[in-house]
This record gives sequence, structure tokens and C-alpha cells, in this order.
Amino acid sequence: MPALSSRTAASAAARPKPAADDPLWVKLLVSFAALSFLVVFLAVPLAAVFVEALRKGLAAYFDSFRHPDAWAAIRLSLLVAGIAVPLNLVFGLAASWAIAKFEFRGKSVLISLVDLPFAVSPVIAGLIYVLVFGMQGWFGPWLAAHNIEIIFAVPGVVLATIFVTFPFVARELIPLMQEQGIEEEEAAILLGASGWQTFWRVTLPNVKWGLLYGVILCNARALGEFGAVSVVSGHLRGRTNTMPLHVEILYNEYNAVAAFSVASLLALLALVTLVLKTLVEMRMKSHQTEEHAAPGGTGAGR
Amino acid sequence: MTLSGAPSLKRRSVLPGFGLTLGYAVLYLSLIVLIPLSALFFKTATASWDHIGRTLSDPRVLNAFRLSVGASLAAAAVNAVFGLAVAWMLVRYRFPGKRIIDAFVDLPFALPTAVSGIALTAVYDQNGWIGRWLYAAGMPSTNSSLGVALALTFIGLPFVVRTLQPALEDLDPEVEEAAASLGAGRLSTFLYVIFPAIRPALLTGFTLAFARALGEYGSVIFIAGNMPMKTEIVPLVIVMKLEQYDYTGATAIAAAMLVLSFVLLLAINGLQWWTARHRAAR
Repeated sequence: MPALSSRTAASAAARPKPAADDPLWVKLLVSFAALSFLVVFLAVPLAAVFVEALRKGLAAYFDSFRHPDAWAAIRLSLLVAGIAVPLNLVFGLAASWAIAKFEFRGKSVLISLVDLPFAVSPVIAGLIYVLVFGMQGWFGPWLAAHNIEIIFAVPGVVLATIFVTFPFVARELIPLMQEQGIEEEEAAILLGASGWQTFWRVTLPNVKWGLLYGVILCNARALGEFGAVSVVSGHLRGRTNTMPLHVEILYNEYNAVAAFSVASLLALLALVTLVLKTLVEMRMKSHQTEEHAAPGGTGAGR
Repeated sequence: MTLSGAPSLKRRSVLPGFGLTLGYAVLYLSLIVLIPLSALFFKTATASWDHIGRTLSDPRVLNAFRLSVGASLAAAAVNAVFGLAVAWMLVRYRFPGKRIIDAFVDLPFALPTAVSGIALTAVYDQNGWIGRWLYAAGMPSTNSSLGVALALTFIGLPFVVRTLQPALEDLDPEVEEAAASLGAGRLSTFLYVIFPAIRPALLTGFTLAFARALGEYGSVIFIAGNMPMKTEIVPLVIVMKLEQYDYTGATAIAAAMLVLSFVLLLAINGLQWWTARHRAAR
């Protein structure tokens, strides 16, 4: 690992030198500004969720989850994520295989189109499905004639969630697979492995951490999406309300304890997501270091 | 070497599955993203210009655009300053708990926007932990444009930090040492050596935070109070038009906002291209 060790050596040598180091008062000032910013904008609101949820004690907190509407919201959120995440996972694998392992025209266009949903406001993501499937939309009259409900029903909630979580897995996998090249897969095929064997035994183990990373982020967003889902759901209690929509309804009914109780569940989920994400990041970094160590450090940019 | 029927689209390869995976990816992309998005433009194109013009020139809509753009700019600017401090601290200083704070920066990505919305409202409310001080100082931090900007600052926080971190890590310590040994003070080293090198990343982070803030809905609507002509943001106006079944009006506003977003995206790509060229030239 020549490239890496020389870099660590350089920064280690640089550290004791005062030249590239800030004076103590600058350090204190910058740290104070940074930490107070993080406390005011991140820590305090997060703490507020749990304090408000427990304001009337543990009994009231757990009571909030007794209500059938709360259960229906939790079940629907899990269902929606259970559909959206696998579908976007399959797309991510297909898209990254085609993009990373083959050369074809229009590839860069395809790569930028994958990120398109991130550039669209969640509200617009909901709106476009209303325009396609809503009563005044393209298929609205036909759907109504055949008694199929999409908008203001569960399928609309699923579609809007798929849209907003669309890029997560693909955008992790594409650069990862591109970096890994095609030599290993070619070797497997030339040694007689089938396409599926190559995929399961060579490609998938190579990208598993990146894949997991994408799935974790995709799942968090699928469970927490609000704007897009709010436009297409129709807010039917017990039927089309996901957890975030249920939080909104409770809050608007001045039922703050119940609203913050359900919100605290989502906040816990966000914290678990952050922990998992950090663990996977650490894994990916050590994986990459091993990879780059062998061929003599191609990671010049790092 | 004449394999007939080899698709001219791609170079020949021993790996299988090109047609299947590309076909599936394009089909899925079209069904989920491209066709529904195109509905927005067909709807705008077939609407009467009169209706679109009336919608977009409505003072209430114009006011929403002014608030959305203004509050998003303010939030992105605050994030640029404090995000630089956070990124600087995380890259340059060594202290216990650094990894936890680093992971914590992504909280606005992980926390559902509705949860952020009610949490921020509770904190910045008249009786809230921080709100009571702001209210006492004569700055109402809920039901006001200040509240909108506060929520948008929260939502844009990770963008600046995450784009600046790699740029700061990439800085060559030898250049700073050279500057110092040539007699430059710490401040002039920062202003003339470090800042120009990280400026493209700072601009990219600023633009990303601004673009995200422009479309944000969930975390803003609770703290904003949604008073007509005062604290209505553009996404809220779209939702209201939809609730009144004014699909053409909602679509016109959405299309205007999308065009604004795409211009921003182009600007970001331009910046990244410029950064790459800047790096290559060094």
C-alpha cells in the first residue's frame, strides 16, 4: 500500500508542525460556532420529540399506540416500504449491471436520469401521479370505469414512495460497480460459470456493502416520506394514512402527545438508520483500503 | 470477426445480460419517472395560456415564490458559513466523540420531514426552549418568514458539510506550510490559499442546499403557519390548488418550479465541471 502509507506519513509529519495548525483561540472559536450550530439545529429538535412525547408520562405515551388508526398507519408504512425498497433494489442492480459492465451510447444520459427524482420537489412527485391516474388525468376515467383506485388509495401511496426513493440503491451501486471493472466477471464466464452464477458469486459479494448502504437509505426515506404521499393519499384514516401522515393529523387535532409519540418511533428509526449507515460506511472504507492496497493504490484521489 | 446480429448499440462483451438489464432499467425508469413527469409538461402545454398567466401572476403565488426563494437563499447562506465551521472542525481537529458528531450531521436526511416539522415548531414556538428567547427579543420564530428560514436551514445542513469535507481532506498540507514559511499569517493563508481551493465545493454545497430548500414541504408547513400572502411557500400553494381541483393551476406552478430546479441542477453540473478542470490544471 505505497500510496496510502506515504499519505498517512505525510499528514502525520505535518501534524506537529504549527504551520498547518490553527492557534488555540481559532480552534475554540470554530469549534464553539460549529457545536452550537449543531446543538441548536439538530440536538435540541431531536430531544424535543422525546420530551414532548413523554410530557404526560409513560402510560400516555404507550396509550398513543393503542389506537387502531395508529396501528393501521404503522402497518401501511411497513407495507409501502416492503414494496418500494425491493422494486428499487432490483432496478438498481439491473441499471448498474448494464451501466458498469457494458459500453453503450446514451449511457451518461441514463446515469443523470437516474438522479432525476432527487431534483423534483416531493409535492411535484405526488402531483404527477395525480395527473396520470387522477379523475381528470390520463387514465382516470378508464380506471373509474373499471373500479380501480390508485389516487387516494394505497397504490398511489406506493407509487409516490417508489418515485421519491428511486435513485438511492442505483446511485450507490453504479459508481461502485464501475470502479470494480469487469475483469473478475469475465474470468468467471471464461472459466465456465453461467451468468447467474457469476452475478451471485462474484458481483454481488463485491458490492454487498454498497448495496446494503443504498437499501438502508432507501428504506428510511420510504418509511418517512411525507410531501409526495400527502398529495396522493387523500388522508383516509385507517386506510391510506402512513405514519408521517398520521403524525400530521394528530398534531393538527392538537393531540400533541400522541403526535410526538408516533413521531418518536420515526425518530428512533432515524437514529437506527444513522448508526447502521455509519457502521456500513466504516466497513466500506476498510473494504476499499484492502482493494486498493493490492494493485498498488489506484486511489490517487483519496 | 463478423458476428451477425451483434447489437450495434454496444461493444461486444463476453458478459451476458446486457439486453435484459438495460431493457428492464429503461422500462422501469420510463414507467416510474419519465412518463409521469412528462404528464406535467403535456398538461402545461395543453392548458390555456390565459389560465397559466393568471395563475402565475396571482399576487398570492408571486408572494409564495418570493418567500420560497428568499428564505431558501438565507438558509443556504447560513449553512454555508456554519457548514464550513462544522466541516473544518470535523476534518482538522481531533477530539473525542468526533465520529458520533460526524454521523449526527446526517440527521436531517434520516429524520422524516413531518417529524422535523413538528419538532422545530415545538422548539421555536413562543413557549419553546429557543423560541421564548427569540420572541422575547422581538423575533417571532414561528408563523413567520424567520420560521420558514429556520426549517430550511435544518433541512439543508448536511449538504454543505458533506460537499466540503472531501474538499478539505484533499488539501495538500505542504501548500499551507509553503505559504507559512514564506511569511503568510494564518488568516492570509486561509484567505488566499485555502479558501480559493474549497470555493467550488462551497458553491456546490450552497446550490444543493438551496435547491433542496426550494422544494421542501413537510418540515416547513408546521412552523410556517401558512398565512396567505405572508408565510405560504410554493409547494404549499401547489397542494392548495390541488385541493381546490385546480389541476391546471397546480401544474403551471409546478412546471415553473421544475424549470427553476433544472436551471440550478445545470449550474451545479457546470460548477462540478469547472472544479474538475480546476483540479486537473493544478
